[in-house]
Amino acid sequence: MPYISNTDREREEMLKEIGVSKFEELVVDIPEKFRLKELMNLDAPMSELELSKRVFALTGKNKCTNVFNSFMGGGIYEHFIPAAVDTIISRPEFLTAYTPYQAEVSQGTLQAIYEYQSMICDLTGMEISNAGMYDGASATAEAIIMSIRKTRKSKAIIAGTINPRYKEVIKSYTEGLGIEIEYVPAVNGIIKPEDIEKAICEKTSCVVMQTPNYFGNFEDMFAMDEIIHKTKALFIAVVDPTSLAVMNAPCEYNADIVVGEGQALGNKPYFGGPLFGFLATKMEYNRMMPGRIVGETVDADGKRAFALTLQAREQHIRRDKATSNICSNQALCVLAATVYMSLLGKAGLLEIANQSATKAKYLADGISKIDGYSLAFNHPFFKEFTIKTPMKASVLKDKLLKKNIFAGIDLAEIGEENMLLIAVTEKKSKNDLDAFITALKEVNND
Amino acid sequence: MTKTIFEKSIPGRIGFILPQNDVDININDCIPEKYRRKNEIKLPELSELDVMRHYIELSSKNHFIEKGFYPLGSCTMKYNPKSHEAFVRSSCLMDLHPYQPEETVQGALEILYELQNDLATIAGMKNTTLQPVAGAHGEFTGLKIIRAYHLAKGNAHKNEIILPDAAHGTNPASVALAGMKVVEIKSNEKGMVDLVALKAAINENTAGFMLTNPNTLGLFEPQIEQIAAAIHGVDGLMYMDGANMNPILGIVHPGKIGFDVMHYNLHKTMSTPHGGGGPGSGAVSVVEKLEKFLPYPMVNKIDDKFTLDYSHKETSIGKIHSFYGNFAVNVRAWAYIKTLGGKGLRRAAENSVINANYIMKKLEKVYHIPHNHTYCMHEFVATNEWQKQRCFENLGDKEKCNIKTLDIAKRLLDKGYHAPTIYFPLIVHEAMMIEPTETESKQTLDEFIATMIEINDECVNTPEVVLNAPTTTPIRRVDDVKAVKELNVRFVW
Repeated sequence: MPYISNTDREREEMLKEIGVSKFEELVVDIPEKFRLKELMNLDAPMSELELSKRVFALTGKNKCTNVFNSFMGGGIYEHFIPAAVDTIISRPEFLTAYTPYQAEVSQGTLQAIYEYQSMICDLTGMEISNAGMYDGASATAEAIIMSIRKTRKSKAIIAGTINPRYKEVIKSYTEGLGIEIEYVPAVNGIIKPEDIEKAICEKTSCVVMQTPNYFGNFEDMFAMDEIIHKTKALFIAVVDPTSLAVMNAPCEYNADIVVGEGQALGNKPYFGGPLFGFLATKMEYNRMMPGRIVGETVDADGKRAFALTLQAREQHIRRDKATSNICSNQALCVLAATVYMSLLGKAGLLEIANQSATKAKYLADGISKIDGYSLAFNHPFFKEFTIKTPMKASVLKDKLLKKNIFAGIDLAEIGEENMLLIAVTEKKSKNDLDAFITALKEVNND
Repeated sequence: MTKTIFEKSIPGRIGFILPQNDVDININDCIPEKYRRKNEIKLPELSELDVMRHYIELSSKNHFIEKGFYPLGSCTMKYNPKSHEAFVRSSCLMDLHPYQPEETVQGALEILYELQNDLATIAGMKNTTLQPVAGAHGEFTGLKIIRAYHLAKGNAHKNEIILPDAAHGTNPASVALAGMKVVEIKSNEKGMVDLVALKAAINENTAGFMLTNPNTLGLFEPQIEQIAAAIHGVDGLMYMDGANMNPILGIVHPGKIGFDVMHYNLHKTMSTPHGGGGPGSGAVSVVEKLEKFLPYPMVNKIDDKFTLDYSHKETSIGKIHSFYGNFAVNVRAWAYIKTLGGKGLRRAAENSVINANYIMKKLEKVYHIPHNHTYCMHEFVATNEWQKQRCFENLGDKEKCNIKTLDIAKRLLDKGYHAPTIYFPLIVHEAMMIEPTETESKQTLDEFIATMIEINDECVNTPEVVLNAPTTTPIRRVDDVKAVKELNVRFVW
């Protein structure tokens, strides 16, 4: 049997050494009537060769974004990933290690996490980052719970313009905890600062704003800072890490907790998982943070070393009083992000942000000139924007699919049947963008 | 001294280029002044070779499965098949966007559908969600399902989850996150559930009982039938923490011994790699009456078409992940189940039990095993007690012989092994939990046993060697106190 080492003969020898004549004697604690007499009803075992043929056949039924001209985003982005990233994360030294509990034989993982934390602090302008969360949605939910713990208040005010997937996960995470959630609706694709001011009350623990928001529009984070920090509420910013190469560092608008989806940093879309969330904050809130944190220290010889730290917050020590239940996170995805950011360097990430933004602008300008199409909003955007479509976006998408184009995300789920959310990354060439513009023209003339 | 990547940065050095931007637009026309970043980002500047050397150097400081034995109890450190790594690197899995139309992801959905069903079959339950991305995430999901079941019946008062003191720390933490109350009961002298304490803890507010089975001592709970009857007697639900599912694959179905809901750790039981702490997968299986509460969407098959099914959205606990969980991890788990089939999974379970019992038998006169019920399942818990005692008998010096489990663990690192799980479960003083898994051979186990005997001899005769360990690892013992007191969590450059 593959992956099971001992032969029948060795098994017999070992059973004999243990002092039993057959396996069943080892499991006498399991009541006899519960023990299965038959093999489970699963497919017959397959060899690597057979299974690789099956995988080939199954993947052949998918159509993937590297063949289609794809403009899908909505939180998951197709940025270019240098091959060296996969080379590192495929190394068994990183791939098959467990959580770094034994620091002496885990310095590789620990130092890489420390470097990751430093890079996230650099991008966000925060003072402390954890080692990663499950995804941007759960990171946002945990940030809200963190603010409740810090302020001892019970209500979160959230921009209606955050990612709808985040709204769903926030609901699951907070509803059992008696946390009240109020969404402030968008006006013309953004949140008006005065609406946030009106919503804030005695009970408000935090205000959550996403920029660029789900439509791609920039929110006025500076105005929010002024309003929120007149009170004791914490300002939680949800951001796209790639955008931070060119857009305001969240420290500029005085965010207290910064979270977001990290997938865009060196991780493939993988049908939505694995992703990873990042969470960074000010030093004063460090004991309220969820998740693992790595710190620099020394070993017994005074040599530089890295270790898990501030563990008194965590579940294995605090149990039901822990700041979170999180244990395993998405460490390998965080490593991919660290290697990716190291390879790109500051010039590389800046170039990716520049190309994504300028190409998005080129496409938006082009689309707005086609008859029947227009930009849905008149706000600045980064790499994603919303258009108004001459027919239902779902119909438009189907027509473009036949032309091998994934046109974007149809906003019907948030009540806008004639809106399409379009994302552009540096991977698109001018030709790809022109082909999309031409296709949009054609389907409207059909 | 080990340098961080930032200390290796050389201004102007480049490790990456893009094609020339063929769009003639200035970034300042995209981002108005107000929204522009004031201080430049400072990511390190290196060549690709610099970056490769740096991370390869870091990698050399890790212990990992292919390097050596990893008897980390409760973590099921099996070998992870390389073919599964190749499978998930198929472009038509990596480059799938979660918002793609269903007709363009039929192959992906077929894999998920089969995995949902296979895991339900293995659990002996009705259906499975693949959305939770880690064990603790699965616990949270399962507990929310329990809460939803009681709320749907109008029993909002049922909000207490009973669990034994031997439980993983994530269990009580997940109960708290799910908005319920933890009622912890003491284990009996054998380390098993104390039925009297359990019955005393049960009342009309009992929402359920959460049990790791086999438990954290590596023992199967023999009174499972009575426990389930007592919990079901007040309409409570039975939750199984599947961290230790490996030794019962194909031997018992959790769903047929009284459990209503369970989570898997596919990164343990189904051999997906741990990645230095994730991504994992915490799939949750449930019995029929709980199916409608599973997170949406489920993958369904209608005629010959696979679909993302949101039809139970009204009764569902909602979403606990942005999309469909850790897809790439789930594909590896699927491949593992397909490779082993029913026969192989049962064989894996049996051999994991045989391997653990073999080590325990060979070490039972060398190390104190407090809850020795003759046989264990996939793991067992030993302590340092005899080493301390024997050293004192030999050398007569209490201070010199103050050997802790931590010291024995660190000495194992010197000898090329990863340490067992230590100081857990909390109910055993100075615990060390040893789990070999079925992928290890008799030869590996024999070498490990010989090493453990050697360490015992060192404890008795030259304890300073053990107390000073490790000395051959990339670094020696770390100063954890300094790590907290002089908190340095980011490099400033």
